[in-house]
Amino acid sequence: MFNDAVQFVENYPLLVAAIKIVIVFLVLSGVVAYMVLAERKVLAFMQARLGPMRVGPWGLFQPAADGLKLLLKEDIIPAGADKFVFLIAPVISVVAAFTVFAVIPYGPSSALIITDLNVGLLFVVAVSSLGIYGIILGGWASNSHYPLLGSLRSAAQLVSYEIPAGMAIVGVLLVSNSLSLVKIVEAQQSSGLWNFFLQPLGFLIFLIAAVAETNRNPFDLPEAESELTAGFHTEYSGFRFALYFMAEYTSMVLVSALAVVLFWGGWLRPFASVAALDFLNYLPPVSLLMIAGVVFFFARRNPVPAEKWFLVAVAAGSAVLAGVVAVPVVITAVQPIFWFTAKVFALLYAFIWYRATFPRYRYDQLMNVGWRWLIPLALGNLIATACVLWWAGPNPGRLKLFFAMLAANLAVAIVVALLVGWRSPTAAAVEKQTGS
Amino acid sequence: MTPVPVEYFLLLGTGLFTIGVVGVLTRRNIIIILMSIELILNAVNINLVAFSHLYGNVNGQVFALFVITDAVAEAAVGLGLIIALFRNKETVNADEIDLLKW
Amino acid sequence: MLAQSVFLILAVVALSSGVMVITRRNPVHSVIWLIVTLFSVGGIFLLQYAQFLFAVQIILYVGGIMVLYLFVIMLIRVETVAKQAPYSRQWAIGLGAVLVLACELMYGVYKGVESFHLGTPSRPPVDMNNTEAVAGVLYNNYMLPVEIASLLLLVAMVGAVLMAKKRFE
Repeated sequence: MFNDAVQFVENYPLLVAAIKIVIVFLVLSGVVAYMVLAERKVLAFMQARLGPMRVGPWGLFQPAADGLKLLLKEDIIPAGADKFVFLIAPVISVVAAFTVFAVIPYGPSSALIITDLNVGLLFVVAVSSLGIYGIILGGWASNSHYPLLGSLRSAAQLVSYEIPAGMAIVGVLLVSNSLSLVKIVEAQQSSGLWNFFLQPLGFLIFLIAAVAETNRNPFDLPEAESELTAGFHTEYSGFRFALYFMAEYTSMVLVSALAVVLFWGGWLRPFASVAALDFLNYLPPVSLLMIAGVVFFFARRNPVPAEKWFLVAVAAGSAVLAGVVAVPVVITAVQPIFWFTAKVFALLYAFIWYRATFPRYRYDQLMNVGWRWLIPLALGNLIATACVLWWAGPNPGRLKLFFAMLAANLAVAIVVALLVGWRSPTAAAVEKQTGS
Repeated sequence: MTPVPVEYFLLLGTGLFTIGVVGVLTRRNIIIILMSIELILNAVNINLVAFSHLYGNVNGQVFALFVITDAVAEAAVGLGLIIALFRNKETVNADEIDLLKW
Repeated sequence: MLAQSVFLILAVVALSSGVMVITRRNPVHSVIWLIVTLFSVGGIFLLQYAQFLFAVQIILYVGGIMVLYLFVIMLIRVETVAKQAPYSRQWAIGLGAVLVLACELMYGVYKGVESFHLGTPSRPPVDMNNTEAVAGVLYNNYMLPVEIASLLLLVAMVGAVLMAKKRFE
């Protein structure tokens, strides 16, 4: 049977690729739908509220209800809108966000990646830079003031933050010596150090730029509710609005997955080379058991019988799944996917966390952060990384490289902070000068 | 996959180049004239890459890279000029910018 | 055969969208069609195993320059532009001159292929990494041009900022 499967894969490569694409698309759509619910729930809990509770137990079926509502709503095209552009703009956003997942590796075997391009990293940068068109064209085609302002803001913002993000990625490229995402993770495996430890500054820059590029708090100026109603998608309704929504959350998943692949070792277990931490391999079944326990706890307190039995069934299901996963063969097989997913979810949680924590930047502050801080830092990081790699020579020791990189990163941070901060006008001085 | 003969690429480059020149010569809007220049540069790149492929070395691709660099610089300066022009003369039509014509 | 049909599709898309670029009244539509052209030219690069150039084409041209165009078009008022006459008065002379030029170019290609014995290109070895090859040539043989190009970009940057800047009195 196994040989048959191998034969099938070899005979129909296109069909297999198509199946993989469909699976990735479906899983991703599910993740995106539940990401919306998770955001509402987590934000609610952080603000001592309950969030959606009506549809299903603890609001678990809310995404389906939301999707249905958006699908059934009227699709309005504003008068004077550029109809063709208005219609294709959200599609561009979604396509750009989804296409990049073709090169993201979910695990070490070739079955867990759609295609491993040898210019994968360039492909990622290229395709993700297309998403901006959905925003600009959508805002322009709406023939309305707020969307136009929102799209102009986002054009400037995305172009500014793409530069530091790109340079942070080049730092990873220098350390890993390859453009293929699979090889980048393999390099982290063989060196025994995640790129995060070699490029802490690069990771920070990438993370900030990623938040800015996905138009999330605290950089959500293109859709700042209090200033621009809803920014570039003010005039959109129904299905097309849903597409924009999907694109935004998909690109959040995307940048999280990218950060995981580039900096957090992709599918690798934390400290994969440390044998003392091998007990972490048992985390997949244990976490499933924990989920089962929590769900069962809530099921007991649920007053509605139907919901109660549904939750009990879910708890039983995850307990059984935990049992299946605990089988030695399965446990090694699910390792990569489990760690990859866990890391991506951790970063996605951070995205929600930012939204609950940080107030929105003013526009000039946003540009200041991008151009006066992130770009010099990214440039310095690039130069320092190149210098350290040149100094260390081929095959340096792990600790030597780590400490050298750490020192270089600190030096760059201090130098840039001194240089940029030295003559930085204070807010009071700016106000005095502009007379506002 | 049988390779495509090099003259196909050259003909495509010729076609794009011609379209670009037509745009430069017949349009009034400076922005579209600039875009036509991008078309011309792309036609040149097609030729460079075709010959690079034909002779199996990457020098042509490197030249195409330089052409793209040039296009970036040209677009930045050109669009800066257009903004300055629009601010002073409220027009983007090439034949209305006739300050030096007497 | 597959390569040829892919080439034909890409070529037809590139040429027809190129025509759309220079015939649209609304500059935003021109930009969209130019993006289509750039994509198909990128596809032509891929067809010739120039992966790095393809990536540069998308990142720089589509992701950078065209956004700049859109940005500028939105800063100036498009509605008035779209209502004005799109073609200049000497369009007929221009078209005639270009027809002559096109005929010359076609003849050149036709004769050139014959007299220089241009064969059909061969596939580069599979293990050759295009990005590495380009980088090797770029930073070894063309170091000085790279420096000059970076200087050019710096000058362009300063110039663009200076020209687009509002002058305070």
